[in-house]
Formats: sequence, structure tokens, C-alpha cells
Amino acid sequence: MTKKTQSSADHTVNPVPQDQKQRASDGSHEGGHDHSHSHAHHERDHNHTHEHGDHDHSHLDPTALRVRSLQTLLLKKGYIKEDTLNELIDTYENKVGPRNGAKVVAKAWVDENYKNWLLTDATAAIASLDFQGRQGEHMVAVENTPDVHNMVVCTLCSCYPWPVLGLPPAWYKSAPYRSRVVIDPASVLSEFGVTLPERKRIAVWDSTAEVRYLVIPERPENTEHLSQTELEKLVNRDSMIGTALASPAELCT
Amino acid sequence: MNGVHDMGGLECFGPIENGPDEKFHHDWERQVLAITLAVGATGTWNLDQSRFSRESLDPSLYLSAGYYGIWLNALESLLLKHGLLSQAELNSGKAEPTFKTVNRVLEACDVEATLNRGSPVNRPATTSALFSVGDQVRVINLHTPTHTRLPAYIRNHTGIVHKVHDPHVYPDTHALGKGENPQWLYNIQFNAKELWGEHRRQHDVVHVDCWEPYLEGI
Repeated sequence: MTKKTQSSADHTVNPVPQDQKQRASDGSHEGGHDHSHSHAHHERDHNHTHEHGDHDHSHLDPTALRVRSLQTLLLKKGYIKEDTLNELIDTYENKVGPRNGAKVVAKAWVDENYKNWLLTDATAAIASLDFQGRQGEHMVAVENTPDVHNMVVCTLCSCYPWPVLGLPPAWYKSAPYRSRVVIDPASVLSEFGVTLPERKRIAVWDSTAEVRYLVIPERPENTEHLSQTELEKLVNRDSMIGTALASPAELCT
Repeated sequence: MNGVHDMGGLECFGPIENGPDEKFHHDWERQVLAITLAVGATGTWNLDQSRFSRESLDPSLYLSAGYYGIWLNALESLLLKHGLLSQAELNSGKAEPTFKTVNRVLEACDVEATLNRGSPVNRPATTSALFSVGDQVRVINLHTPTHTRLPAYIRNHTGIVHKVHDPHVYPDTHALGKGENPQWLYNIQFNAKELWGEHRRQHDVVHVDCWEPYLEGI
């Protein structure tokens, strides 16, 4: 997701973008019929052709056919419902995203009491902004300071604070990140273009339990004149994972 | 379980591909996310069983399938194991006229409330915590052949209790369907030097959440 689309992703009242609507309705149409036979044949017939059609691979990609077949089976059995699937996808594709976390961070930057609450009981402080629930049941906020830079990982799978950051980016779920950040965080940071002063301590938080971590990046310099809403724009997603710093004040204009 | 999912400290995977950040690379990944959450909401298995299923995949598949590919393979495995689908149904794509009764079927109108509620895993304390903030502890040399959330890279290492959480559901037994068995959960801070040797940046630290059975006092 680009930064541009991120900035509007948290407005739950936003209309679903046209292409998403199309996608969702495609899904519901296709899932509602029993194509399982023809899919199985397609899979055999077109096993080696799927790389040709990037945009219509749903007709050729064996995994896409396998998923559709599985979905059809589960719908027929009555274990799941089609409109439930669409609602779940819409939630995580369009409603929940890193703009939620940005609101939390910007509020912490301007409101010392809120920041203290966030640092002592993040779950409650975040819930007060109406962000809560699945994969954010037990939140801990960790604050970057001139002395410490925090980074978050899940080495064992890909645990991530969904209510404040949405679904994780691909790199967060990848083996290179999951494996290396605990042993060599500075090299990971340098791949993200971040160089810290040598004296600054890096603290890596491995999400092995159901506790989810949100990094509060340092407030950029020369932002005293900015409003809370303007400050939110400086809080990029990666800065709340710890692989970036908050964006400089110029980006707010 | 000592498996390829337990990646902390490996250095063989090359650079991080920090490219364009679509949440989904294929349309089917959306469906896998939604199906997994919707079937999960039937309450047929718990999150730890789900994780155990993902970790139990063939290692080469785990490393090549991608995130939602792992979910898909593990989901099929759970559906078979718990009798929601048969292998014949998965192979043919044709539903047999039998079905298993599930606890609940998630409705679209309940999605928001269900997600907002989540599934908290903290439980009331029935014992006192063995350790306090500031205590030195050692991670025991535990090799659990089934699911555990003790990453290999901290075994036998010494750290300091940074925070005492509540008792949390214990994944090692929960994943086996043997109940919640809540245990005190701690955040333990390890020095990079202790974990990775002298040549690492000396002042860096790694924090890991550890249940009490993973720890011993010093």
C-alpha cells in the first residue's frame, strides 16, 4: 500500500474504492457457484500457463482455483457465509490500517497525560480512541528516546498489532526480517535507510506471546507549530514498527 | 518444536525485500485470510492449534509457500484433522451430503463486534508470580516436540525480568487441546552480547515474552 492510500485508509465511512467493490463482487459471484469440477480440470490443463496472465490469473493460477474450491466446499457445508467473508476482507483492506496507530502516536506527542497512560496501560489508552480487538488484545507501547530505538518482530510467525497497524506488510512476514532483526538489528535498519548514532541502544521486541507492541517514534524536530492532525501525517507505518523514523516536518505541508 | 518457523538468529535468508507493500499479492490471499478467520470463528480449534498446524508443515513448503500459502495449507490440514472436510472432498472439490455441527457460524453483521472483542488470553491469578521485575532468570533448555512459544535463540541464556504481565493461556498445552493452563507471563530483557557473543553491538537488547515454565531463578 502506498503512503498516499494509507492516509485515507482509516476512515471507516469512506466508500469502498471502485476496484475493491469490483473485486468483492467478483469474489461473491464466483464463490456462489459450484465451479469445482471445471476448476480441477483448469488446474491440470493450465498448470504451466499461469505466469502469462498477471491480471486474470484467477482463471489459471492453481492456488487460486484451490482456494475457490475450498471456499465453495465450506460455503456448501454451511461452516462459513459469503457475506461474512466480504465483510472480513473489507474490514482489513479498507477500514483498519496504520492511520489508526498514527492517531495514537500523534496524541501521545501532544498530550503528556495520554502518553503516560499509553506507556502504563496501552490497551486501555488505545481503546479510548476506539481501536481494539483481534491481535491487539494486550497492547504495550514502547517509546523511542534519544537513548533507545525500539523495533518489533515476531520471529516465530508474524504477530502484529492489527487494530492499530492493519495487516502486516510483506517484508514483516518474510524470513529475512524475522530471522535477522534479533541478531543484527543495525543491519536491518541500514537496509531501511536508517542509521542511528553508535551510542543509541536498539531494543528489539520479539512478539512471542499475545502481547502486541507499538513503537512511539520520536517527534520530529521543528514540529511545535503543527496540530495533532498535521502531526498524524508524519507518523508513517514503519516508524511504528521501528524500521523507520517519523517523517520530517516538511512532509506535512 | 524445533522447526524452520523458529527463525530468530538465522542469517541465511539474504536482504529484506522492502518493495511495494501491497497487503495482498494475489486475489486468493484475501480469500484465505477471510476463510481462515471465518472458519476460526466456528470455535473448532484455537489459535495455538492453528499455529501448531502451520509449524507442522513440511519445511520446504513452509519456506516457499508465502504467508497466506502457509495459512492455506495449515487450514486444509486442520479441516481434515477436525473432520470438517474429508480428503475426498478436498481432492474432488465436491461436497458430500454430510457436515459436522460447529459451535457457531459467524454472520456478516457480527464481524465488527467479534473482531473488536478479540480473544483476550489473560486470566485471573490463582498463584503468586515466582519472579519480580529486576530478577535475573535463566531460560531452561526446553526442547518441546510439539508447539511452544519459546524461541530457540534464548534457551540457556540469562536475562532480567523487565515486566510481569498477567497469567496468560499457556500455548504449549493449549495447542494440544489440553486446556488453557494459564501461567504467569513475563517480559525478559536479554543483552545482545549474552545472546550473540562479544562482537555484537554491546548495548543492544532483545525483549522476549516468556511464560513461567520456560524460566528458572538464579
